[in-house]
Amino acid sequence: MAEIRTKEFKTLAADTLGNDAIQEHLKALYSGFNQGRLQQAAATQNWEDLRDRARRVKAHTIENIDHYLEMAAENVENAGGKVFFAKNSEAATKYILDLAKQKEVRSVIKGKSMLSEEMDLNRHLAKQEIEAVETDLGEYLVQLAGQTPYHIIVPAIHMSKSDVNELFHENLGVDPHAGVEELASAARNELREKFIQADMGITGANFLVAETGTLVLVTNEGNGRMSTSMPKTHVAIMGMEKIVPSMEDMGTFLRLLIRSATGQRISSYVTMVTGPRSEIEEDGPEEFHLVIVDNGRSKLLADPHLREALYCIRCGACLNACPVYRKVGGHSYGWVYSGPIGAVVSPVLTDVPNAKDLPYASSLCGACKEACPIKIDLPRMLLYLRSEVTEGNTDSSRKKSSPIEKFAMKAWQVSVGGPSMMRLANLIGRLVQLPFARNGRLRLLPPPLSGWTRHRSFPAISSSPFRSRWKKGIKP
Amino acid sequence: MSQPDPKNVSLFVTCVVDQFFPEVGESTIRVLRRHGVDVEFNSDQTCCGQPAFNSGYWKEARPLAERFLDMYEGVEYVVMPSGSCASMVRVFYKELFHDDPTLLERAAEVGSHVFELSEFLVDVLGVNDASESEQSGTPSRVTYHEACHLRRELGATTQARKLINGTPGVDLNEMEQSEVCCGFGGTFAVKYADISGAMLDEKITHIRASGADAVVACDITCLMHIGGGLEKQDIPVRPMHLAEMLDKGAV
Repeated sequence: MAEIRTKEFKTLAADTLGNDAIQEHLKALYSGFNQGRLQQAAATQNWEDLRDRARRVKAHTIENIDHYLEMAAENVENAGGKVFFAKNSEAATKYILDLAKQKEVRSVIKGKSMLSEEMDLNRHLAKQEIEAVETDLGEYLVQLAGQTPYHIIVPAIHMSKSDVNELFHENLGVDPHAGVEELASAARNELREKFIQADMGITGANFLVAETGTLVLVTNEGNGRMSTSMPKTHVAIMGMEKIVPSMEDMGTFLRLLIRSATGQRISSYVTMVTGPRSEIEEDGPEEFHLVIVDNGRSKLLADPHLREALYCIRCGACLNACPVYRKVGGHSYGWVYSGPIGAVVSPVLTDVPNAKDLPYASSLCGACKEACPIKIDLPRMLLYLRSEVTEGNTDSSRKKSSPIEKFAMKAWQVSVGGPSMMRLANLIGRLVQLPFARNGRLRLLPPPLSGWTRHRSFPAISSSPFRSRWKKGIKP
Repeated sequence: MSQPDPKNVSLFVTCVVDQFFPEVGESTIRVLRRHGVDVEFNSDQTCCGQPAFNSGYWKEARPLAERFLDMYEGVEYVVMPSGSCASMVRVFYKELFHDDPTLLERAAEVGSHVFELSEFLVDVLGVNDASESEQSGTPSRVTYHEACHLRRELGATTQARKLINGTPGVDLNEMEQSEVCCGFGGTFAVKYADISGAMLDEKITHIRASGADAVVACDITCLMHIGGGLEKQDIPVRPMHLAEMLDKGAV
């Protein structure tokens, strides 16, 4: 598994808030991808029907996931491919390393895959002295910089052109003042060599069509297609939730995914791969392996409150729509997935006590749910996870809230327990606020409320609350 | 079958209005009365339970939610000057009571009688021109902040704008990103004060750019947050609850 830094959310977020350059990049997600999605949605006549249909298909598929996974495996095998079910990232990694050893693989080209980030696959390959090169340009930049993807769709959204100049100068010897086209062509030259040399291609999966055993990849650079067709061996890794029943469903899902992700009507490439090269085909790999990975997903499946997290098609729309993501960025979330969907799945996939801050890293504004093409109710799941953190409904080891917070909640509960308690609380509150109040405002409060007054003042408790005004009669 | 008379309303004023912004409650009463509504106030009311529920303290939230159900069961129209509290009852009680079929059913029934103020005025009473306030010489410019729960949990995006536009002497200057959260989010603003503060700064930038003299919203907690930031930064834009604007005009 990839390194888990979810406990560092607060410090990582503070770093990002203090980085003006990154703040500008993040702001642009609103005017860019988020608006692009909205424009496409408005221009697509039956957008809401598509969303509802996709949600129904996903719900049905996830409810019957055993059936569809079996169907998919059978059809991949019928097409001449091999299928491996991996319980966790270790098992998936071992399968790939064994295969690489058997095939005497020395270099691997990789298409974009978030699952491979879960597995930390590149590091494991490097340990076996196998060079793995990311071929999605953003992923390539992130790999050169020794980082992890910042965003599901745009992994290097946090980098500026000058960052890329520096990176390419150091790693590829490119002129430090090179323009965008020069930089792109340097990357193309570098990657072209890698494509030609590679013994194995590893890609993710946007979808796997169960009825045909077809792998579907959506890219804008064609790197996915090259990774699936140039090397002798192609390994596709997919989270088990990526399954869809039929090819007909692709019409719905491709429309939703691409429009929600980048605001395009269609991406430059949509690649469909069914098995290895057949006798009548001219190109394609000699072997095709599909690794279907659980890695904690069955915990989501088992919990009816969280199951719909498995409907996610990884379009990134919830990240772009999220005002918190647009402040704290991707790395702050401390694990592979960021934004609202990351705040839901990371605690489950990495275990709740590791990531108890994440479900709280949301103002619960609901912009994610509004943006999600599958209408995944992310705020509801964040709320549920918060109750898991404080009360540990299903597992006592999850109880993690601070004693001060628990005390404050109890005190609050008593104070609003009834009208007489509320009157008493009003009185106590007015006494307590005395040293802080000036002209009806509290401008500086002690911890834990000091954070509030750092950015805003607070109103003083009224000495004549509404209930007493009502008793006296409201003037017309 | 006779239609229930929308002229009888029980006001749930919300705990924040009661304790911090009682004038918003008074304005709500006056606005409703001007539209011929007979308003009751059950003075046993306290809080809907949302602060605890949102923070994950569902056990602490439940008795308050049950209390709410006991108080308002059988009431035809419960009106609240808050989209967030209305969402709590209408949407989130179902989540809170997910494992108790009896309470779940009661919550659904009571929830179907709960309305946020602008929803009630426009959707139930059919109000278009809302205010009886005097036309002032120069129109006041207001901008509108869309409260998150009102928009996304209740789906009410047009009602408040309709009421603002129908108010004589008031010009609506839309700000950019009016639908983006101000960063309040309850305890979020304390737990993650700096993230929340950064979101607030962006909201304030858009409010200023709109050139409005007042920022209107349907939820006092958003306005408490935005207003606290405006005050801290010495920006002369007035935070104003929709009820106050409808009651007194924006001057």
